[in-house]
Amino acid sequence: MPSPKPSPGGKSAPPAPRKYFKLLVAACGFFLLLDLVFRLTGFDKHPYLKWEQWPGFYGIGAFAACILLVTISRFVVRPLVKRDEDYYEKSSSEPGGKSDA
Amino acid sequence: MPEAAPPFLIYLLGALIVPFLRGRFRQVFALAIPVIGFVNFYLIDKGVHWKVDLLEFELILGRADGWSLIFTHIFTVVSFVGILYILRDNVALDLSAGLLYAGSAMGAVMAGDLITLFFFWEMLTLGAVLCLLARRTPSSGRAAKRYLLVHVFGGVVLLAGLVLHLAAGGSTAFDKIELSGVGPWLMFLGFGINCAWPIVGAWLTDTYPEASVGGLIFMATFTTKTAVYVLARTFPGEPVLLWIGVAMAILPLFYAAIENDLRRVLAYCLINQVGFMVVGIGLGTPLALNGTAAHAYCHVLYKALLLMAIGSVLYRTGKSKATELGGLVRSMPVTCLFCCIGALSISAPLFAGFVGKSMIISATASGEYGIVFLALLFGAAGVFLLAGIKVPYFAFFGRDSGLRCEEAPLNQLLAMGTIAVVSLLVGTLPHQLLYPMLPDLSVSYEPYTVGHVTDQILFLLSCGLAFVLMLRAGWYPAEIRATNLDADWLYRKGGPFIYRLADKSLNAINAAVARGFLGRFVPGVTNFFESGGPRLACFVMTPLWAIQRLTPEETDAARHSVFRRAKHGAFPIGITAFFAVILLGLLSLLMRF
Repeated sequence: MPSPKPSPGGKSAPPAPRKYFKLLVAACGFFLLLDLVFRLTGFDKHPYLKWEQWPGFYGIGAFAACILLVTISRFVVRPLVKRDEDYYEKSSSEPGGKSDA
Repeated sequence: MPEAAPPFLIYLLGALIVPFLRGRFRQVFALAIPVIGFVNFYLIDKGVHWKVDLLEFELILGRADGWSLIFTHIFTVVSFVGILYILRDNVALDLSAGLLYAGSAMGAVMAGDLITLFFFWEMLTLGAVLCLLARRTPSSGRAAKRYLLVHVFGGVVLLAGLVLHLAAGGSTAFDKIELSGVGPWLMFLGFGINCAWPIVGAWLTDTYPEASVGGLIFMATFTTKTAVYVLARTFPGEPVLLWIGVAMAILPLFYAAIENDLRRVLAYCLINQVGFMVVGIGLGTPLALNGTAAHAYCHVLYKALLLMAIGSVLYRTGKSKATELGGLVRSMPVTCLFCCIGALSISAPLFAGFVGKSMIISATASGEYGIVFLALLFGAAGVFLLAGIKVPYFAFFGRDSGLRCEEAPLNQLLAMGTIAVVSLLVGTLPHQLLYPMLPDLSVSYEPYTVGHVTDQILFLLSCGLAFVLMLRAGWYPAEIRATNLDADWLYRKGGPFIYRLADKSLNAINAAVARGFLGRFVPGVTNFFESGGPRLACFVMTPLWAIQRLTPEETDAARHSVFRRAKHGAFPIGITAFFAVILLGLLSLLMRF
């Protein structure tokens, strides 16, 4: 088995897939447009809540949710909870953890 | 038509016999058990079967209705693909653990009374611990101990609740229980520990990534889904569950976004999806409860598929961390395809997740639960971003790790292929395959409306767009080798702290008692009974010896003689009789007064 190239501290995020990026944007645009048309014509949409009536609610909502999730994780949660990888293993070699042998 | 046997019996017998078989015969036998289980499943008629009397209780080993049958069905499917997945290595422990675990889960969901449920509930823990031990690493051994610790605690809480419930006049019936009084609350908490509620559910993400490659498939299926089933039966419509479910659907995602171990990312996402089911139970409407059952069924499918795909990566490369993986589509294209199908099955149209999860979301939308609805949408976007995009992307695409390995073995590919096909069939033909199995057949639901499908596609594409844009902008957090603190800190750090505290305090008391009691008091008492009598005798006799004008040597000899006689109980009869007479005289004097 070949040894993997370790990523330098994991600092380099993997490159984004460029090939299909335009396709993805076009697809998003198409379905957003479709959503607008459906809203205007009132076709097959049965909104239960007021937000659902906003055009593009599901697209913008999902997009915002992902950004919000990642931002909070990165800037709030990670600084609070991040510890060394061997945080628990270190303690298990101490006398208190000797029963773990 | 032949009579059906209790499903758990088939599996438990299989688990007992497997270790005694060898080679190919063992493989065939182990795989035959779920096949027999499948045939047996279709022989089970609806109704109550297999009653056993134990003391004054009547145990019901088989209650077959909509709820128990749909769970037994999906457990049977997973037991088959799970056994197929681990068949190649042909390790008796792994195969037995899987069969035992599956049998226990089926016993629990088929149970018709709380005592039978408790019995199988505890057996589930045994199955899970064996799946952890099957990894055979020091850290998996430690994880197995932690798992056992937490679940034995949970079992004790449940048992205490059950006893209090029965003592307060409650029945052993495994039906809706009123959430009032200490007993039902303890039972509620006991179920919640297995259901991986916030704080008390930290055991899940702590221990699951330590399980063996195949063992995790069983673990991710049986324990939490049995807990969902039990909660749906005992506490449907309990408002507090709504908020517990919302917390489960949201909080683990923040961890999943920064977690490096892809199997742990999937474990966090598992809690998120179980959160959807708990919300459904909390709503308690027929549509929501149907949604819970349907989502549990579909969730098991795609979670198993994703875990199998990442499990095969671990099997071939020995790695499951995002920092060490990437670009494996070159080496494992078929596994990659199945992983992508698993990702799409989370919620894309044509796949299983779409026809299950959307029922719960629709149930919140049609009630007055706007906040819950938004929270679930957030959870749905997050889980697709992380389990659906992050996991396949970091394992199979993205930065090329340079890892080159073989494609997953044939049996694993067959197992993944089976699940993928089932997911597609359930997703495309829900009215034929899934909905007729749901608990409440009076509720109709149509997932495939043009509006719903286009909304969902837009929803998923937007998640993808957000992921790509965040990667390009460098906004997506880099994967870092790290431990992220969670509530498991309480017992992983708190446990040793309590150990040391107990060591310092209780052992100090122990040492003091040992010194004071055993070191001084006990020898003193022993000494008194051994030589107290002769000492007293010498004390009385010394003046008499002085009157007799004995020399010091003669006095010493007389003293030694007293001690020797006391030790052997050999005083001359005359002396004994003399003292007896004195004693009787004293007693008769006392009687006079």
